[in-house]
Amino acid sequence: MTRRDTAIVGVGATDYYRRGRSAPQTITELAGKAILAACEDAGLAVADIDGFAYYSMAGGGYGMSMDTADLMDTLGIPEVTFSATLTSGGGGAAGSVDLARAAIVSGQANVVVSVMAVQQARQRLGGVFAAMTPNPLNSFLQPAGLAGPGHLMSVLVRRHMHDYGTRREAFAEVAISQRLNAANRPKAIMRDPITPDDYFGARMIADPLCLLDFCLETDGAVAVITTSADRAKDLRQAPVPVVASAHGGHRDWGRAFAGMQMPHETFASSGHAAIAKHLFGRAGVGPEDIDVALLYDHFSAMVVMQLEDYGFCKKGEGGPFVESGAIRYDGGSLPVNTHGGQLSEAYIIGMTHIKEGVEQMRGTAINQVAGAELALVTGGPATLPVSGLILGRA
Amino acid sequence: MATTLSTALPGEQVTITTDVHTEPFWQAAKEERLVAPACSACGTFRLPPTPFCPKCQSTDKRWVELSGRAEIYSFSIVRGFPGLPEIVIVPVVLDLPDAPGARLVSDVVGVDPADVRIGDQVEVFFSPIADGWKLPLFRPVGMGAARS
Repeated sequence: MTRRDTAIVGVGATDYYRRGRSAPQTITELAGKAILAACEDAGLAVADIDGFAYYSMAGGGYGMSMDTADLMDTLGIPEVTFSATLTSGGGGAAGSVDLARAAIVSGQANVVVSVMAVQQARQRLGGVFAAMTPNPLNSFLQPAGLAGPGHLMSVLVRRHMHDYGTRREAFAEVAISQRLNAANRPKAIMRDPITPDDYFGARMIADPLCLLDFCLETDGAVAVITTSADRAKDLRQAPVPVVASAHGGHRDWGRAFAGMQMPHETFASSGHAAIAKHLFGRAGVGPEDIDVALLYDHFSAMVVMQLEDYGFCKKGEGGPFVESGAIRYDGGSLPVNTHGGQLSEAYIIGMTHIKEGVEQMRGTAINQVAGAELALVTGGPATLPVSGLILGRA
Repeated sequence: MATTLSTALPGEQVTITTDVHTEPFWQAAKEERLVAPACSACGTFRLPPTPFCPKCQSTDKRWVELSGRAEIYSFSIVRGFPGLPEIVIVPVVLDLPDAPGARLVSDVVGVDPADVRIGDQVEVFFSPIADGWKLPLFRPVGMGAARS
């Protein structure tokens, strides 16, 4: 059953920067700029905000954090009635809107902002697992030398290739198609086309993954404002209804690549099967109804596995599905990451996917999918919670 | 050009910490014994060692000494680590035949990465790390101590 009881009414972003180059701006400054831009987009005053719904423990990746009191203090937000975050990391990106919706439908808040600000001046994403302080749990992982999330996920990817015959050509197609989508985007960090020769000549970082399978390391901030369907009606933009939202996941995925204990059926996956079930059930639609998919792309191969978990193709057939050209903006049956994603536009830990989903549903996207009426947006794949959204057209 | 054989992070750079649930694993490793906790009530193995049995919620566990044999479930070939640009590591996720359902994450050392396959049989050895602890690492069955 479609609820559509809430809607996204504003999105805002800073410029995107290569790793570390947003300094000397502070995390609070970057987050504040994105929030003000989202308010301007929505036609709301910043003082209208009465709720904060974060993910990733309100971390301002990496090694820094955002704080509601700091943001209220400097932005002049007089009172909040909701301030909460999803646990764990980037898996919750789309889920931050699920959290905002929960605040709104329960009557705890009216205008809720979700925000992520990233600045990799002190710590880069690529070595984040190597830089962790040892603890009793990660002492069973860290000594093996898997320095970053891509190193960890490369182990899942190899198993997928072993079980299903998935080829590196599929991962190349993800990288190549997303780079094509970024070519005409003024804010994209990487716009030059990738050729197959570029891909297969790229440095192997964690075999079977090469440099071009890894997302960018960038700085910047994106904010999204969610409110009730009623309040959304008379704001500046056509509202983008939250048709369904979900976060969480199954214990079989659990700590995922931070633990490597997933049973065989789940190991070579994106961990999103449970989210897909709830999202499609709540929305009353199926994968065949989705017009554009904004799939969290920290690593190209995880896009392939999400296509399987969401039922766009059968389990194990993600490789051939992608290689057929199905995810291309130009001529594909399911355009994926029309904004270039984290592989080519910018990595803001999943927030650019929500922004692109909103623009697609407004009909204002740079790479607009003609007639698109439903957009899928995902967070993760990472340690639970993972998350997803189905956005609709007003 | 000679093949670069896989290695592990330099032991003095590897630091672990323990808690009451994990310390027996590391104490056994210090004695060059590979152990895993099984639930005393229902027999379910779990790694890393945690407070409760996820199947029956019992807190009672017994530490089972394992053969040290393992099978490669999946692996990566990592070239470079922060501060060690030339290092070649083959991190592995291992199934433990005598602790079904529990996996270890370690490295296979002393091998040409191009020769490693899912399903390969490996066996444990122990290598010194910081603070007097020892880390379980693996090499192909039959390779013995020759290349450790």
